[in-house]
Amino acid sequence: MAAEIGTAQRSSVAVDLIVMVLRRVLFSAVGLGILFALWWFGGWLLESNPATMSFADFGPFPTIDAVPYMVQSGTLLDASLASGYRLGIGLLLAIATGIPIGILMGRSNVFRKLSNTPFQFLRMVSPLSWEPIAVIAMPTWDQAIIFLISMAAVWPVAFATAAGLAKLDRAWFKVARNLGASWWDILKEIILPAIAFDVMTGIRLALGVAWIVIVPAEFLGITSGLGYTIQDSRENLMYADLAVTILAIGIIGFLMDGICQALIKRFSWHRN
Amino acid sequence: MDRSGVQISVQDLTHSYSSRGPVTFDKVNLESKPGEVLAIIGRSGCGKSTLLHIMAGLLAPTAGSIRLNNVEVKEPSPKWVMMFQAPHLFPWMQVSQNVGIGLKFANFAEDKIRERVEKTIKLVDLEEYAESNVQDLSGGQQQRVALARSLVMEPEMLLLDEPFSALDAFTRASLQKDVRSIAKSMGINLVIVTHSIDEAVLMADRAVIMAGSPGKIKEEIMVELPEERTAQDPEVQKIRGHLMETFRQASTATH
Repeated sequence: MAAEIGTAQRSSVAVDLIVMVLRRVLFSAVGLGILFALWWFGGWLLESNPATMSFADFGPFPTIDAVPYMVQSGTLLDASLASGYRLGIGLLLAIATGIPIGILMGRSNVFRKLSNTPFQFLRMVSPLSWEPIAVIAMPTWDQAIIFLISMAAVWPVAFATAAGLAKLDRAWFKVARNLGASWWDILKEIILPAIAFDVMTGIRLALGVAWIVIVPAEFLGITSGLGYTIQDSRENLMYADLAVTILAIGIIGFLMDGICQALIKRFSWHRN
Repeated sequence: MDRSGVQISVQDLTHSYSSRGPVTFDKVNLESKPGEVLAIIGRSGCGKSTLLHIMAGLLAPTAGSIRLNNVEVKEPSPKWVMMFQAPHLFPWMQVSQNVGIGLKFANFAEDKIRERVEKTIKLVDLEEYAESNVQDLSGGQQQRVALARSLVMEPEMLLLDEPFSALDAFTRASLQKDVRSIAKSMGINLVIVTHSIDEAVLMADRAVIMAGSPGKIKEEIMVELPEERTAQDPEVQKIRGHLMETFRQASTATH
């Protein structure tokens, strides 16, 4: 009898889970459907007007027709890898700089007071404003773009790290010192695990900002990347290819954000 | 572990948080013999927690010294471990990881850590929760983890800063009994800061009353009771009454 009740309960939980997943998928599918419908409507409007008819390839069906070519020719993959490389290096530099800055802001009153105003000022400067300086200062276009990405991405990482440190229970340090921890022990065993959630949240924000910056940044004098592909498609009036590239940017960004969310969940020890 | 505790010697200890600020306590002298359970009773603000922090090496005194078997306490060490009012466990760790963290700081080998942690978790009756996240435990269980974290270091002195005040009466009574029993069996000196006379009577071998501003030791009373003590025992009630009256007189005399 008890076994039957247990089996029934387990089945009920499984059914609830399936219903929940289906509901989520259904809502997402309906939302995407609405977006597709709006896209189709926009394309139809462009096609209906003689003045804008030449832009009709922005519509969904010409775009879908262009996908096989863009994939098979390797254009999308090459562009994604080139942008991915610049994004990856830029983000790594932002993390390597942002986390120590954030820790300093969180641990040192003097540093925080000295740096707060200048950092808030620098944070509000649009990353692309650094373009002329990046081009002069960096020896290659690639490095100039990586510099722009780092300048965009470092602030969310630094401020999220500092915010994470501000939430730390000071008593943990007292306990750690009492148990004989060195400063390295405190950093490795207390600070980094405690702020991992906040740092990952900052990295997720940084990724979003960096992904937005990379496309216009790649309008600079380079011949690879998703931004370059958009510009090249525009200049060659290949609007379907342009729309495919925009789709790819959205899909890649969405997947990267999903990975970040999974990592945030993995590092989160917060129960509320 | 065959140990008998340490001789604690507090000599002319004075503390002030700033050179121009009020003196927290002034020329406190205290002795505690090896293996003794000493309770420091006082109202809030008399400096007893500050005294305990200095004994743990977490604060520096303005003057005077604290010695354990003639070795001066100048900085924190796992040899003189403190338990706080809140357990302050690390919430991203399991019970076994929290308990073993001090041994990790001391660069113990993994197998040695595992062995000592298992033994200590068994001592505090938390075996079935070893792999649980500490956030899933009750307040009393979390304090047991904090206790285990201290005991696993095999300290010479365990300092308790009102560690049971946030717990319900049943859990408090259970922990009071267990902590005294474990300290006695391990030969650890216990120094308990409390504002509860009942707690002092149930746990201590000797109680000192701290009062006044700046704080001073006003009275010392021996708590000569059997190991098995309950709040209802007539002997416990008698000493409780004596301690209560002494505490009242000491506190009144300073005002």
